[in-house]
Amino acid sequence: MTQSVVVQVGQCGNQIGCCFWDLALREHAAVNKKGIYDEAISSFFRNVDTRVVGDGGNISKGKICSLKARAVLIDMEEGVVNEILQGPLRDVFDRTGSGLGTFLLKVLKDEFPEVYRFVTSIYPSGEDDVITSPYNSILAMKELNEHADCVLPIDNQSLFDIISKIDLMMNSGKLGAAIKPKSLVTSSTGVFKKRQEKPFDAMNNIVANLLLNLTSSARFEGSLNMDLNEIIMNLVPFPQLHYLVSSLTPLYTLADVNIPPRRLDQMFSDAFSKDHQLIRADPKHSLYLACALMVRGNVQISDLRRNIERLKPSLQFVSWNQEGWKTSLCSVPPVGHSHSLLALANNTCVKPTFIDLRERFIRLYKKKAHLHHYLQIEGMEESCFTEAVSSLSALIQEYNQLDATKSMPVEDLPRLNIAM
Amino acid sequence: MSIVTVQLGQCGNQIGFEVFDALFNDSHCPGGLCSKRENEAYQASCKERFFSEEENGVPVARAVLVDMERKVISQTLSKAARSGRWKYGQHSCFCQKQGSGNNWAYGYSVHGPRHKESIMNLIQKEVEKCDSLSGFFIIMSMAGGTGSGLGAFVTQNLQDQYSSALKMNHIIWPYGTGEVIVQNYNSILTLSHLYRSSDALLVHENDAVHKICAKLMNIKQISFCDINQVLAHQLGSVFQPTYSREGSFHYRRNPLGDLMENLVPHPEFKMLGVRNIPQMSENSLAYSTFTWAGLLKHLRQMLISNAKMEEGIDWQVRPPLSGLPPLGKMSVNKETHFNTSIANLVILRGKDVHSADVGHHRALKRVLCAVRMFSPVICQCQSPKFILLKKGKIKTLVLVAKRNPCTSM
Repeated sequence: MTQSVVVQVGQCGNQIGCCFWDLALREHAAVNKKGIYDEAISSFFRNVDTRVVGDGGNISKGKICSLKARAVLIDMEEGVVNEILQGPLRDVFDRTGSGLGTFLLKVLKDEFPEVYRFVTSIYPSGEDDVITSPYNSILAMKELNEHADCVLPIDNQSLFDIISKIDLMMNSGKLGAAIKPKSLVTSSTGVFKKRQEKPFDAMNNIVANLLLNLTSSARFEGSLNMDLNEIIMNLVPFPQLHYLVSSLTPLYTLADVNIPPRRLDQMFSDAFSKDHQLIRADPKHSLYLACALMVRGNVQISDLRRNIERLKPSLQFVSWNQEGWKTSLCSVPPVGHSHSLLALANNTCVKPTFIDLRERFIRLYKKKAHLHHYLQIEGMEESCFTEAVSSLSALIQEYNQLDATKSMPVEDLPRLNIAM
Repeated sequence: MSIVTVQLGQCGNQIGFEVFDALFNDSHCPGGLCSKRENEAYQASCKERFFSEEENGVPVARAVLVDMERKVISQTLSKAARSGRWKYGQHSCFCQKQGSGNNWAYGYSVHGPRHKESIMNLIQKEVEKCDSLSGFFIIMSMAGGTGSGLGAFVTQNLQDQYSSALKMNHIIWPYGTGEVIVQNYNSILTLSHLYRSSDALLVHENDAVHKICAKLMNIKQISFCDINQVLAHQLGSVFQPTYSREGSFHYRRNPLGDLMENLVPHPEFKMLGVRNIPQMSENSLAYSTFTWAGLLKHLRQMLISNAKMEEGIDWQVRPPLSGLPPLGKMSVNKETHFNTSIANLVILRGKDVHSADVGHHRALKRVLCAVRMFSPVICQCQSPKFILLKKGKIKTLVLVAKRNPCTSM
């Protein structure tokens, strides 16, 4: 059982983090009815006796006294963090200091070189509210390239599309189906918040669910466990190519329980459809380097294999890894569902996202617009920008090379022959 | 003589539990076809091999459980304890918290040396509980990180520390697709190390066992538990006591020794496989009857045509004309349809075993007989024939297990 530390940075990171901790508590509460501090909970929470001050308060077994999240909340201004610390989760966080964005990655790498660094980063969509976002993104990408072990890019547009789809399903009243109160997009109050009030909450919930599903096999029992370090081991063939496209199903539970169990196979098909991806990309028409399927709930190995056989012909895998699947089975389903599937794909379809990012950067950078604000800061020079964009170009080039091998036949390497 | 089992990784521990469960349940099955004395002798022999006695009468499995993370071992321990009939020793486990990340190097070069003392001490304690040690049975997978890497390391250490004890490694060959992406790396590394340090490698392929579950056992939604139970049944058929020359009530004492002696005539050829007949679900059993002649005929053909189960056997298979396959043209993906086994061992279990005539089946050579697998009967040991050495790579352990419902005579 590995323990993980969650680092939440900035407004976006902290808001997502808030949703995450809420869902994590709910999930463990549903499984751990007796309130015992067990191995599963210890992966994300510490058990602390609040009457004792300092380190002596940590309790490792027995009844849950007071749970503290293994989290570090970082922001440059107080607003968001304060709101969290005054909200319903205030007792879950210790008071902590402040720090900086992707600089953290490098620090973590230096301090803890053997610990894997997973990053979920939100990529800007086309219509963005921050004008200098291309600069920020490219500079951040360089750090992600060099210091992160694995990045799960997510973009707001996809999340928004998913919410719209759920909205549509709810409002259309199709077949008398209704969204159960406990779905991917609800918070602990069990109420689906109206879009007009707080759109980001629903979207953040989706990301929180992604994180929960990612770690479910490490926390809960199953017949084929998968830890976070196994994800990196299997899905990252070369250190630079560590960007994984994620897709989650199901997105909502239909209240009508008479729907036949064909839903299980449908779940697998959905995972490979664009509607369920958390980033705009087209993996089916690009090259797969590796793919991981993390299944939760009452799904067995035969179901998994049947679906892999079924879906494989429509996917293109790279020549040196034609059977490149990593699978895991976790017995505990998420709250409110009977089973769920998280698919992580290392696919060259992330290339257009990066190319797009680079285009927007170059448009701004050609005119040197807004540049002086950055160069005013000590330690920041123009070379930072050029290095960043060339690092991204190198990454894009690697993907290009792989794509070039796409339709080529699999060549058998010449083997040694034994002379008779 | 006793066998100490070492269960490594998630796969090893899950299978190990099913094996001990199958062994225990078989030896304590209400014996309708055997005399009480026969039953007791069988039970005692099985117990000596696999279980040691605890103070309050609950047998303790002679096993050491090793994993690099806690979940599976806790589950395995509690499943055994819950059955109430047998259990694992409280202090026979070793676990860590971080896992091996499907990385053979982690298992072999990091976890191995780091935890060598603790693991070898646990094994030592288990060995000391035995009156006489037949050898070690090490259960591991090849696709993961702990089973493969740490398994290779432990086997090497066992060779250094217990050079006179036999070691059989039970390795699980991963599915062709869809298990672990780096499984091919892990498997090759494991095989190359085990070939040097192990005495025999008993291979079970996930694909083959999966097919048995699908076609013969008619299981609709096959889980790893089902697969492991089929595996355990096959292993139980191999390891349960067999008669010695003195006849009934006397069982052969050195199971691993028997297997090695008959199946590993040369240290370069040590990969073994198991074929089991009949293999079917409990429900179908009630409607089936068997004869030794029929079973042996099928088994022989399974052996010759390299079939892993009794369905879809190729009865028309012929040996290749020129003897050796043409060089350079043998693709790894093509299945060899003609058996190339070096040595075989038949184990017969069940009613009227002495009437089974293995003589005219030249492919089936060495024979061991035993009382029962789930249904005991008096039988006699067949005298062994000479072993015919054939050219080839894979040795086959051929096993016959005859199952009769306990009530019929």
